[in-house]
Amino acid sequence: MSERVRAQIASPAASRVRRRRVVTADRLIAVLLIAPSAAAIAVFVYGFIGFTAFASFTKWDNLSPDFTWVGWKNYAALFNTVRFQIDLGNTVTFTLLFLAICLSVGFALAVLLDRGIRGESFFRSIYLFPLALSFIVTGVVWRWLLNPGSVQLGTTGVNLLLERIGLGVLKTGWYTDPRIGIKAVVIAAVWQMSGYVMAMYLAGLRGIPEELREAARVDGANDLQVYRSIIVPLLHPITLGAIIILGHISLKIFDLVVAMTGPGPGFSSDVPAFFMFDTTFRGNNFAQGAGIAMILLLMVAVLIVPYLVYSLRTETQR
Amino acid sequence: MVRRIWWLTIVGLLAIWSLFPSSHVGAAASGKLEIFSWWTAGGEAEGLKGMFTAYQKAYPGVEIVNATVAGGAGTNAKAVLATRLTGGDPPDSFQVHAGLEVQKYDPPKYLEPLSGLFKSEGWEKVFPSGLLDLLRYQGNYWSVPVNIHRANVLWISKKVFSDNYLTPAKTFDEFFKLADTLKAKGIVPFVLGDKEGWEAGHAFEAVLIGTLGADGYRGLWNGKTAWTDAKVTQALNTFKRMLTYTNSDHAALTWDGAGQYLIDGKGAMEIMGDWEDGWFQSKNFTGYGWASPPGNAGVFDALSDSFAMPKAARNRANAQNWLKVSGSKAGQEAFNPKKGSICARTDCNQMLFNAYLQSSAKDWAKDALVPSVIHGAAAFESWATKYKDAMALFVTSGDVAKTQAALQAACKDAGVCK
Repeated sequence: MSERVRAQIASPAASRVRRRRVVTADRLIAVLLIAPSAAAIAVFVYGFIGFTAFASFTKWDNLSPDFTWVGWKNYAALFNTVRFQIDLGNTVTFTLLFLAICLSVGFALAVLLDRGIRGESFFRSIYLFPLALSFIVTGVVWRWLLNPGSVQLGTTGVNLLLERIGLGVLKTGWYTDPRIGIKAVVIAAVWQMSGYVMAMYLAGLRGIPEELREAARVDGANDLQVYRSIIVPLLHPITLGAIIILGHISLKIFDLVVAMTGPGPGFSSDVPAFFMFDTTFRGNNFAQGAGIAMILLLMVAVLIVPYLVYSLRTETQR
Repeated sequence: MVRRIWWLTIVGLLAIWSLFPSSHVGAAASGKLEIFSWWTAGGEAEGLKGMFTAYQKAYPGVEIVNATVAGGAGTNAKAVLATRLTGGDPPDSFQVHAGLEVQKYDPPKYLEPLSGLFKSEGWEKVFPSGLLDLLRYQGNYWSVPVNIHRANVLWISKKVFSDNYLTPAKTFDEFFKLADTLKAKGIVPFVLGDKEGWEAGHAFEAVLIGTLGADGYRGLWNGKTAWTDAKVTQALNTFKRMLTYTNSDHAALTWDGAGQYLIDGKGAMEIMGDWEDGWFQSKNFTGYGWASPPGNAGVFDALSDSFAMPKAARNRANAQNWLKVSGSKAGQEAFNPKKGSICARTDCNQMLFNAYLQSSAKDWAKDALVPSVIHGAAAFESWATKYKDAMALFVTSGDVAKTQAALQAACKDAGVCK
């Protein structure tokens, strides 16, 4: 035994290390307790991801499975499909707008509430309540609100509101106008999720010690500078978390689109998840549907994996 | 306090749990018959009920389970059905459009061949031969047709036409001349509601028929007419021009919402299937007329609802009897007047039907029969879906060359074109 090892054994920390090598009852129980859920996850999550990946390389284009290997053919066909190209564009538009608007609205609300206004908890609840709804409910409500109206009904919803307050020029077809399409869905999604971002930011703002702001003010910083140089940088972890959560919601968005617009004129509000549903269960093209699922997984992974690596690294550092 | 919250939670959960249906539908219990369809709207649900009554008159001991999944053109129902068929828990009989749509369900594996039943019931004599051709797939019949709908009908507002001393156009040239006249008067010449995505493809079927004729159109689906043909280009250009005469809010309307233009006398013509007849009646509107779309005279673009029987059906005897009722004169006479369609059989009592349906039945007996693609008769479902998507896109893009290439590619993918 070298000098160093002997010294470590002498310390209490080192003796803990040595005890861990032995299989104790504690350790066995721990493994047994984890095993069922680990096995379930291995089969029902990773097993099925693997099967979907496999299916996307086969010729399974009918009700009964056909596992003839076709390589990348399904993917090639997919990227040549106009509808899928439009869908990818829509996803990018939706994600960028949704993230940008949600973060800025959420941040603005949080800052306003943080100012210690009267009835803060009342407003906080009001902004948070939409989060409690399902996307289906939100979708139906906004479908009605943004309905451009018809011959029978006349003008309705938001258009009627614009007309009554003298802003009739702003009336549009909303989700029935191919130029707007998915952007109308953004409105509904922002309405639902910005309260959540507000809550996250509010928690973050409350976590920033008052001394820091005071110190900055003593140094002669005005309000704007305090926010720009102190608060916003300190809120970075919150912003990152919000981007991850909102980002994976928006990449996978399905229920809101189904309830609110469907694919829309010229697929202007179509998304990959809806196309996947159509391809798989209407067209019975399971292989191509699996291909879309894999691309969706890849897109979400690109967003999430760097975050997981980052948070894992900071945890081990701790 | 904490304990009270626990109690409330438990009571709440129990209340939610009690709302779930407790009995499992279609379980081993004998004397049941589960019929699966997407008929939930006005006339069609009543028609189905009429057929149920006819069934129960003959077999009073059987309890019918009406399993419907709502949703236009059966999109949602088809998804549920696919899961149930592959999962080995199929209904006893289900609705499918007659024609190549049946291919989607992999008939040799999942469906009961019905050629024997067709023979023993003598159906090969009472169904027209064009329909029997449509029903045959891989040498067998797989479903029993209950009705016939016509897809290529031009619905007109009588008031608009008589006010302006006009008659329905027979050719596309006449159509455009007429459309210009109407447009100048502030009337929407060609009404369209394409909110659900299939309506443009539906109207284009009639344009294809009008441009290529019955044989040329039929050839598109069996490889005898090329999709690259100059006449298809011509049809796309015609349709593009027709779209310039539509109502500006077409993307916001379903076909029936667009039909309101005719009722209000603000629109002149709409190409839609003959379910529009039933819809006009439900609106108590009588000022409508019908004609063939330009170039469509003497061609009947047909679709048919039919019932198939899964191999794994639990109540086989009951299901077999159901198919017999579906194909019988009594069953079809109970169903069709309410559904607003004509009998698939040629021997129904015409007095039960209204004026439109009587005229349609006459055409059915003498016209050239072509299959509708949007409604599942002409092509495999995957091909029909691509056709539908290409045409939905065409409405906003107006790109003739690209759309024709997409239609050709869809035919290639289906393995029909080279």
